[in-house]
Amino acid sequence: MNPEELDQIAETQREAESHFAHKVNVCVAAGCVSCQSQGVKDALDKEIAARGWKERCKTKGVGCMGLCAEGPLVSTDNGTLYQHVAASDAGEILDNLDGPPIQRLHCRTDIPFFQRQKKIVLENSGIIEAERIEDYVAASGYTSLMKVLTEMSPADVIQEITRSGLRGRGGAGYPTGLKWSTVSKAVGKQKYVICNADEGDPGAFMDRSVLESDPHRVLEGMLIAAYAVGASEGYIYVRAEYPLAIQRLRTAIRQAERLGLIGSSICGTRFNFHIDLRLGAGAFVCGEETALIASVEGKRGTPRPRPPYPAQEGLFGEPTLINNVETYANVPAIIRNGGAWYAQIGTEKSKGTKVFALAGRVQNTGLVEVPMGITLRAIVFEIGGGIPEGRKFKAVQTGGPSGGCLPEECLDMPVDYENLAKAGSIMGSGGMIVMDESSCMVDVAKFFMDFCMSESCGKCVPCRVGTYQMHRLLDNVTKFRAAPEDLTTLSGLCELLKATSLCGLGQSAPNPVVSTMRSFGNEYKSHIEEHRCPAGVCGAGHSGGAR
Amino acid sequence: MAAPATAIDFTRPTAPNQDKRWKLVDATMRRLGQHPRGLIETLHTVQETFGYLDNDALKYVAASLRVPLSRAYGVATFYHFFSLKPAGEHTCVVCMGTACYIKGAPQLLDAVQNDLGVEVGETTADGKVSLLTARCLGSCGLAPAVVYDRDVAGKVSPQLMRERLAQWRAHES
Repeated sequence: MNPEELDQIAETQREAESHFAHKVNVCVAAGCVSCQSQGVKDALDKEIAARGWKERCKTKGVGCMGLCAEGPLVSTDNGTLYQHVAASDAGEILDNLDGPPIQRLHCRTDIPFFQRQKKIVLENSGIIEAERIEDYVAASGYTSLMKVLTEMSPADVIQEITRSGLRGRGGAGYPTGLKWSTVSKAVGKQKYVICNADEGDPGAFMDRSVLESDPHRVLEGMLIAAYAVGASEGYIYVRAEYPLAIQRLRTAIRQAERLGLIGSSICGTRFNFHIDLRLGAGAFVCGEETALIASVEGKRGTPRPRPPYPAQEGLFGEPTLINNVETYANVPAIIRNGGAWYAQIGTEKSKGTKVFALAGRVQNTGLVEVPMGITLRAIVFEIGGGIPEGRKFKAVQTGGPSGGCLPEECLDMPVDYENLAKAGSIMGSGGMIVMDESSCMVDVAKFFMDFCMSESCGKCVPCRVGTYQMHRLLDNVTKFRAAPEDLTTLSGLCELLKATSLCGLGQSAPNPVVSTMRSFGNEYKSHIEEHRCPAGVCGAGHSGGAR
Repeated sequence: MAAPATAIDFTRPTAPNQDKRWKLVDATMRRLGQHPRGLIETLHTVQETFGYLDNDALKYVAASLRVPLSRAYGVATFYHFFSLKPAGEHTCVVCMGTACYIKGAPQLLDAVQNDLGVEVGETTADGKVSLLTARCLGSCGLAPAVVYDRDVAGKVSPQLMRERLAQWRAHES
């Protein structure tokens, strides 16, 4: 494979596509698949065959189009988007390919949900067929890899990534360029590149969506990273709970190997890189890098103290680069358009875009990609369309069990790593859950503490025992059995866990409690002093959730 | 000259029984070089082919990969995805992720726990249905979500779920 051959593949693909007068895209990512979108695609294919249109019309099984709650989604090549499509609608859709949209199914795309997004990571999602490498190549796929291998030295690549200002999208926001540079300088017999696809935060599905919609993009990002740091082996650690993502990644790796884009002497250079999958087995703590490494090594996923950081001593004791799915997915675009281009987008310290999984009590739930610096209000009320059923906004939760609940006062804050941290939450991997007045914030804090308690690996005492004690105290509050001094104990435990836990899980476990006590202290008070839950969720026999 | 470490006499254990499916397990172990680091991948294969990990399987995998039985058991019990007991004829997984939680997943659980007379993680006495929960399926746009066997269903209500489970239990097979 060389740049000319790659161009040839892209050209052939575009040529083949141009023969079709019409293309109908059906979303076959997990959200729509669970509303039977495969059946819609089959029905369209059958109808096309029955009409003898095979030469001029084709269907494509594409990735996520974003508006997951309205699936199955279908789009046609004149830009019309249809929602809640059933298999029985196939004929009608084909009848109206040239005409105006079918009103009954039409989903308007001039709404802020679509207009206010800026797509870099998701640029191919909903457009290309995830299971065909030719489609990715036709969308300029693997050209960044070619550019890197033929025109750039590893140092140039790192410089470009540094210039872009890209920061780790797994949550902590460590500068990616700096991480790459540390690994490239580390000395070892063998270096590894790992992709962290163990998306464990409840309420987050960005990585799953990227892997299902555009798996080659992640592979290309990993290849470029491997070239930059001098690694020859890579692992993708993906959750076993994501069977569709696993299947598409396996297909993508096989296709890239066949074209010589993964393997030995890639593009005739001395660069070798092999990628293998490792399946997670349902342990949240494995999102922590040292625990993830232990799991790839076939052991229990318990973290270990750092330093040494994985950049020095990681997988099998060798220098290892670990980045998250979304971080790698940004890389091909940065190389293609330049670091300076990427650095124009976003705020001073947080560059580029961020993908959020918007869910909960909000009108438009789904996947959105927005430039850093956009306000929470714009995300929740413009893109998200506000709170349904005329209810009142209460909080937005970011960062999963390690994050916090942000109240109304924070809505006008521009979203970036620093601001979210200042407000008592974290960027996290991108889950964003909107809550309205029907959610009790003490109950939500208890929900996350229950999560951290069960997911604590048990290696260090503060986390193992502390999360249990905090959960018990919160349980007492929700059952109206707590005393005012329990809140002091709770605050004390929050500080203790933060200061003394071994890894991020324990250190950040108090965040939901701290942030709800700060912004919704009156709710704790009503539970304790008046034995009353303002949202009407809690009580002696309560099971949680919402009304 | 001392013999290299790899030359230590090692007899490969034989599979617990004649079941052909052990060949799949052997293939996974071979692919990963019969090395202890393949433990988790191998357990995945066992669970995928047999549905769960029983003691015989753990002993066989541990011996084949030369890891102490305590480590194999430790790994199998550490990860939630591995199950040490067989599941019922059908499984029903209620997602307890944040989005599902605030959209009523606890009410779903309450309803079916009552109907089935089981707690989470248990199987009904007739062996028909296992009730499980998941941390997050990533189907947050469809909250609350439930997985019936392998099909994800979104926007589930206690009523819908009761009906589905009643169908399973009524159906003789």
